Amino acid sequence: MQSYIPIFLMIGVSAFLGIVFLVLQRFLGPHRPNPEKLSTYESGMPPVKSARERFSVKYYMVAVLFILFDIEVIFLYPWAVNFRALGLFGYVEMILFILILLVGYLYILKKGALQWD
Amino acid sequence: MNMYEIIFYFFAFITVASASVVVFSRNIIYAAFSLLFTFFGVAGIYVLLNADFLAITQLLIYVGGILVLLLFGVMLTTNTVNIDIKSGSMNVLAAASVVAALAGLLGGVFWTSDWFVSKQMGELPAQTTSKEIGTALITTHVLPFEIASVILLVAIVGAAMMARREGIKSQIPSSK
Amino acid sequence: MEISPVIEALIKIIVVIFFILLPCVAYLGVQLERKLSAWIQNRVGPNRVGPYGLLQPLADIPKLFFKEDIVPAAANKFVHSLGPLISLTIAFSTFAVMPFGDTLPIVVNGVVHNISLQIANVNIGVLYVLALSSLAVYGITLSGWSSNNKYSLLGGIRSSAQMISYELSLGLSIIGIVMLSNTLQLNDIVKAQSGYYLFGFLPNWNIFVQPIGFITFFVAMFAETNRLPFDLPEAEPELVAGYHTEYTGMKFGMFMLSEFLAMFAAAGMITTLYLGGWQAPYIEYLNLSPFVVSLVQVGAFFTKFALIVVFFMIVRWSMPRFRYDQLMNIGWKVMIPLSLLNIALTGLFILKPIHTWFN
Repeated sequence: MQSYIPIFLMIGVSAFLGIVFLVLQRFLGPHRPNPEKLSTYESGMPPVKSARERFSVKYYMVAVLFILFDIEVIFLYPWAVNFRALGLFGYVEMILFILILLVGYLYILKKGALQWD
Repeated sequence: MNMYEIIFYFFAFITVASASVVVFSRNIIYAAFSLLFTFFGVAGIYVLLNADFLAITQLLIYVGGILVLLLFGVMLTTNTVNIDIKSGSMNVLAAASVVAALAGLLGGVFWTSDWFVSKQMGELPAQTTSKEIGTALITTHVLPFEIASVILLVAIVGAAMMARREGIKSQIPSSK
Repeated sequence: MEISPVIEALIKIIVVIFFILLPCVAYLGVQLERKLSAWIQNRVGPNRVGPYGLLQPLADIPKLFFKEDIVPAAANKFVHSLGPLISLTIAFSTFAVMPFGDTLPIVVNGVVHNISLQIANVNIGVLYVLALSSLAVYGITLSGWSSNNKYSLLGGIRSSAQMISYELSLGLSIIGIVMLSNTLQLNDIVKAQSGYYLFGFLPNWNIFVQPIGFITFFVAMFAETNRLPFDLPEAEPELVAGYHTEYTGMKFGMFMLSEFLAMFAAAGMITTLYLGGWQAPYIEYLNLSPFVVSLVQVGAFFTKFALIVVFFMIVRWSMPRFRYDQLMNIGWKVMIPLSLLNIALTGLFILKPIHTWFN
């Protein structure tokens, strides 16, 4: 735990620096708002409807598949750290693990889940 | 109050404060965003408990994956962003009794547990847990490990089913 | 002379942020990028402020503080400020585990103090960097969403999908290195790259041992840092400026700062993981004192680092942007199989080294 204190400090110092930037900007910069300036930029047109509309389900698919494969990646790390100690048995185990997931990967490719058009 | 305690209370505060925003916020997207800080605080507490690998897994899977999925899910549905979510109070009596029972149970566990309190918590030797986790996964727990891959496979197939339905929908206009 | 570890860490943090990172952003980032782009496009570039235009960044960066901070009326005020803050914090924090050198022996009153040239040598350094790059998605998504602008939202969503897709191949490429060195500590990974390879003169750097992993890692790093040819989140012709369309003044500056820092972090990670980090080859033949060796090693780190940064910039000014479907296809259909293949091959070579194949 001792070795993590510098990391907490680093996160703290950089967050503090960011807050200083935000505060400095507030005091040093001018502040003269007008309705035109504060309107949402839409290439010079008056904004039409809210920006927060629905978007393609493809992005959701990417996030779902990311989680599944990310869990696979996380499983690989403890194995890789011990790779030399575990030897051939560990290697075969992990190839089996990857192959099972590769079946799923090929299935989603076949189903066109990753087809962007 | 030593360094360890300051850091602990800092992360505990972040976790509890942002978790209460998740529960009490009327805006669903604020609730989703403040989950980010809840997960982050929990990861910090894992680090304090010397569970470094678990902390990183928390960040990578929960913050990096599941929360992105949640945000996409919230953003995908129209008009959940700007309306207030307000559920009325129904079945107050039943809810109160369930909550009281649960609180009693948790309180009982809390008071009767033999808490491990060590003054040397912060000075535990720096050793990585990832090696031990790796050895345990490949040797003693190899069957659950392989079963995990099968479960992931099932989840992938399920995700692909979702995509296929979308695929058929988008094919109909193009075939005309 | 005994200093507490907290004070020591604070001194290191201040040195790294104010004397390494911020000057790097000003000169290796802003100034060099402008000069290099001018050179590539046959222009002159900034040459008026100070000798050879060297004072230009000192005029440009403080200027941002004096600009008006415009927050659109439709935006969420708090989240609008939170976005750049998260981006900047994460961009700086990556450097907490970067090994800039081995240890610097300093003699005080006849006692040798070995100062580690790394802010925090944690057990899981590699995973820490990965976790931070997955957190970096939020700075962009939050600012894209909070601006309530169609371009920003599209940029933010595109970017999160892009970053999570390439994070997979990023994580998978590093596995090959972890298998070789059997550690997650960055400094130990650098130490594992000492010695020589093949005919006894090629340094034992991971770029020569792990060529496939190097290529997938390098490409994934380009995508993670949103640099061209992967800068879809801010593609000017279609999305104006993507997630930071509605940002002005120092808030925009914070995004620019964190983008440069992300590029530096990428260059630093490539150097550490694949180019031998602070290892300077053949230095042991020169019989130098440990103090000089340590300084030369720091120099070696920054030389490799600067070369990678220049490479990033040359790529930016000479490549067109990918289309979004091409980007996703490369990420999911090329990079992931390649990095899985790399893992399988690495395992095979470690279990049965190449010189045992023919006897």
